Amino acid sequence: MTEKKLQVSAIQNGTVIDHIPADKLFDVIDILGLDKINNQITFGTNLESKKMGLKAIIKLSDIFFADNEINKIALAAPEAKLNIVKDYQVVEKKIVEVPDSISGIAKCGNPKCITNHEEIITKFQVVNKKKVALRCHYCEKITDSEHMEIF
Amino acid sequence: MKNKNLVSITDFSKEEIFKILNLAEEFEKNPNQNLLEGKVIATLFFEPSTRTRLSFESAISRLGGKYIGFTDAASSSVKKGESLKDTIMTVANYSDMIIMRHPIEGSARWASEVSRVPVVNAGDGANQHPTQTLLDLFSIRKTQGTLDNLNVFFVGDLKYGRTVHSLLQAMSMFNTTFNFISPEELKIPVEYKMFLDKKGLKYYEHRDFSDIISHADIIYMTRIQRERFSDPMEYEKTKNSYVLRKNMLKNTKENMKILHPLPRVNEINIDVDSDEKAYYFTQALNGVFTRQAIITSILGLK
Ligand SMILES: [Zn+2]
Repeated sequence: MTEKKLQVSAIQNGTVIDHIPADKLFDVIDILGLDKINNQITFGTNLESKKMGLKAIIKLSDIFFADNEINKIALAAPEAKLNIVKDYQVVEKKIVEVPDSISGIAKCGNPKCITNHEEIITKFQVVNKKKVALRCHYCEKITDSEHMEIF
Repeated sequence: MKNKNLVSITDFSKEEIFKILNLAEEFEKNPNQNLLEGKVIATLFFEPSTRTRLSFESAISRLGGKYIGFTDAASSSVKKGESLKDTIMTVANYSDMIIMRHPIEGSARWASEVSRVPVVNAGDGANQHPTQTLLDLFSIRKTQGTLDNLNVFFVGDLKYGRTVHSLLQAMSMFNTTFNFISPEELKIPVEYKMFLDKKGLKYYEHRDFSDIISHADIIYMTRIQRERFSDPMEYEKTKNSYVLRKNMLKNTKENMKILHPLPRVNEINIDVDSDEKAYYFTQALNGVFTRQAIITSILGLK
């Protein structure tokens, strides 16, 4: 408990994303484009979690996300929790929500889909939020969470 | 409906479907009208489909229009590696409408997003073939007098058959009861069963082609292709189990009609052809009227 508190409080202002499945850390980094940001970012991975086995955590200094922006990570980390930190204090907790539609994040699982043959920004309707399944706007086929590839 | 694309059957509302069917009825009575004078329509067949292409070209010709295009990708710039986007943007400059057939799924939706003229999908891989669906609906309404409360049997390849999937989506608006007869390997995909469950519609799956067909208003036959089977032995075992023969028609309903998107191989025995319940060749003729209705509605001429 104290250790967790310490982790969360380690930044002065910003966002802590907790409960990311350890093997999805790099997907989350990609989705949020964290490799292109100059702010101070700390990653921790393969941390033990009673709830989910191995988890990862990301601490971002001076970064605050809009809901529609952060909800994109729900594809990779549907159980992620956000702690908004101001002046070393957690001032707000949020959970991510799977959006109704997503664009430009996932790859269509259908090899015969036009989006896998030409340069096109993918678009999907989310048809199942619990066990995330996406219906491609182009080929109309469903890509389920097991076959989902994040760009 | 002017300037609307027809990519997927779900692009059209029930009202729009009825508008097309009513208009197709008009063209059936009077197929030769000069409505397309001065119009140029592109028919782009990135893969050959002689039957569909001739049906469209007949529809355009009977309306006094001109068509330009190609009949397979080998004779086009696609062979030189041009992207679909570039081909469509170029051809849109030369024409008032693009009709396209393409082996890649979603290609028609993509084309409709980059084209400045309306796009009609004449088949995109295993995905959609909405003009076929509209002509199927026309044929069903014409022979049954209604689209409501019918018992429709689909037979054959229900896994890959896009005509089956699109017609199922369209018929789901009319309180249809569905019966699916197919080998295990080619059964209706679970996503379509979920779709019907959600709509609260009744459906039944059968492995055998038996006298259950005595309940049918429509029997929609499809081709079973060898290449769909992972095991060639399985194909050999199956191929003759889903063949419709004249002696099976004895107890079927008087109003029952047999449909098939054609071409047929052997799944309907030729002894059925002379039976008054065989409707598949008239169904193909209906395709011309239905396509006349689609083209003129989208161009805002009707
Ligand atoms: Zn797709």
